Amino acid sequence: MPQPTRRHALGAFVVKELRHILRDRQTLTILLLLPLAQVVLFGFAIRTDVNDIRLAVVDPAPDDATRSLRDRFTGTDRFRVVASAPSAERLEPLFRRGEVDVALVFAPGFSRALATGAAAPLQLITDASNPSTGSTMQTYASAVIAAWQRERVTRAPASGAGGPVVIDPQVRMLFNPTLESVNLFVPGLIALVLTLVSAQMTAISLSREKERGTMEILLVSPLRPWQIIVGKVAPYLLLAFANVLTALAAAWLVFAVPFRGSLVLLLASSTLYTLVGLALGTLIAARTGSQLTAMTASMMGTMLPSTLLSGMIFPIASLPLPLQLVSHVVPARWFIVVVRGIMLKGAGLAHLWQELAVLTLMLAVLMVAAIRSFKPRLA
Amino acid sequence: MSASAGAPVQLRGLHKRFGDTVALDDVTFDVAPGELYGLVGPDGGGKTTLFRVLTTLLLPDAGSATVLGRDVRTDLWEIRARVGYMPGRFSLYPDLSVEENLAFFASVFGTSITAGYELIAPIYRQIEPFKTRRAGQLSGGMKQKLALSCALVHRPELLLLDEPTTGVDAVSRREFWDLLHDLQASGLTIVVSTPYMDEADRCDRVALMQKGRVLAIDTPRAIGAAFPRALFAVRGAPRHATIEALRAYPHLASVQPFGDTLHFSDRRAELPPAHVMREVGAWLQGRGIREVAVAPIAPGIEDAFMALMGDAP
Repeated sequence: MPQPTRRHALGAFVVKELRHILRDRQTLTILLLLPLAQVVLFGFAIRTDVNDIRLAVVDPAPDDATRSLRDRFTGTDRFRVVASAPSAERLEPLFRRGEVDVALVFAPGFSRALATGAAAPLQLITDASNPSTGSTMQTYASAVIAAWQRERVTRAPASGAGGPVVIDPQVRMLFNPTLESVNLFVPGLIALVLTLVSAQMTAISLSREKERGTMEILLVSPLRPWQIIVGKVAPYLLLAFANVLTALAAAWLVFAVPFRGSLVLLLASSTLYTLVGLALGTLIAARTGSQLTAMTASMMGTMLPSTLLSGMIFPIASLPLPLQLVSHVVPARWFIVVVRGIMLKGAGLAHLWQELAVLTLMLAVLMVAAIRSFKPRLA
Repeated sequence: MSASAGAPVQLRGLHKRFGDTVALDDVTFDVAPGELYGLVGPDGGGKTTLFRVLTTLLLPDAGSATVLGRDVRTDLWEIRARVGYMPGRFSLYPDLSVEENLAFFASVFGTSITAGYELIAPIYRQIEPFKTRRAGQLSGGMKQKLALSCALVHRPELLLLDEPTTGVDAVSRREFWDLLHDLQASGLTIVVSTPYMDEADRCDRVALMQKGRVLAIDTPRAIGAAFPRALFAVRGAPRHATIEALRAYPHLASVQPFGDTLHFSDRRAELPPAHVMREVGAWLQGRGIREVAVAPIAPGIEDAFMALMGDAP
């Protein structure tokens, strides 16, 4: 059969699929309003606990005093020094790449000020793109400094020059200075909505064809399996695009969530993530019999992990180790890092290519699996 | 075998089982070009499985199946492009209109309504006034005409219809069979399954199927004529008591309700019919049955089928 005919058939399939979507007004309304409802509903913070905080220390003139405070941090269970730098300029890329959570910045005159009893300048910088963990880390760091301060006072009470130590910590929250929790959730719920539209809706729509018996006719037609899959999936890609834009608009208009990065990069990443979800949905539909099982399976297999194991609500760092390992195969985990990076940090491809590479790899694996499990025959 | 080389459907020793259920058991037959071929039998007879093998949807476990000269195992794409199939269940999109359904299936087969119009015109013209109506809101008879139009729009060389008239009213059923005869007259080969014996009579040849086995293959008339005994139509009132009385008759071979009469045969095939009629009439009157009437009748395909099913293991 000549190529133009095939393309014609695929076009007709997409048109048919769009008609199904547009005529099911209730579902369509829900799908279109979902991002809006989610942005509003998730606009609250969930407090979380954090372990293993990665600390960067900037110490232009190391001496006993700065070293003892640094040791105090490493002596706790929570902090781990991952970087030392002579000047604060080096911090920016570390934060942007997400390699550091908190930075302790000593001013050159720290020890001298301490010795003379003047206010010793010390800066504490925290990555607050995740506001709940950001503020928690900030609190922990302040507590360590306060304890160190108390100890110095009790050890050298008679020191004439010392007197009461005054430290003047200047606190700075990076990326999300006002600690808006909605900033955290918008990337997460973009992932959630896309998972719903792509994975769940394709799974339902494909299994509906099976249940109605129309799949039997589609299979008997000259349509190839890939054409059926592409035809099914293409309209949902459009819907997903609309959803991303709605969620961003709602976040910006209602909560003034900032958007610092490239919209093109975000939409491209969203397309990649949606394709991953669509492949997953196709795979689920191919492996399940009825609409109901497909719905349950896609709920268990995509929605729950995307919510709970993606870092959307609970930071990955606070999950038990086995779940942390599982989270590596949850596409949303990688996608959320990308969206947060783009929206809140203005990160570009140079910083996010690893996450995007993981998603691309997942897409390749799932596509092969989906097309393979989609048999051109019954049973 | 050479005589059947051009047969649109050739089946040899086809077997198919699902777990412990035997769906097809050594099915062998040919359908001749231009033939209207019927698969007749009760539910669970293997008719749907057979259609799914013919449409390349299921692979047979053993045996060979050739459709339009192509092997169902290897040449699925060519077979699919050249065959028209109407599954047993209504399988169109209820949320799409009549015209949208038809246009979709035309496109899928790489054609258009206009290109296929000539063949479907006699059928489609009847539902064309409702072409903007959603398929889900059509009556049973109209749904079936739409499904047939969709199966024909790409001008297939072989039409496969799995119980097309199930759930359709009697008038629409008759109309539908008239349409099939028109299609056959245009040169199309048709294989159609039905659980209704009166429809079997409208086929050129029928294969009687039960539990995956083919019990007999012949013209409907020849199958009826193969009924082994003389057959009588019996009436009596009350009807139920008449059946009971016949069942108690010592020389009974078979009794089947058939419309408003009972079809009865006597085990002693060598007896002259007049003798049997007298004896049975007297037996029934002796048991208090009123308005007794016994008349000889030519056995039909259903009588033959009932007899064959009774003999089958």
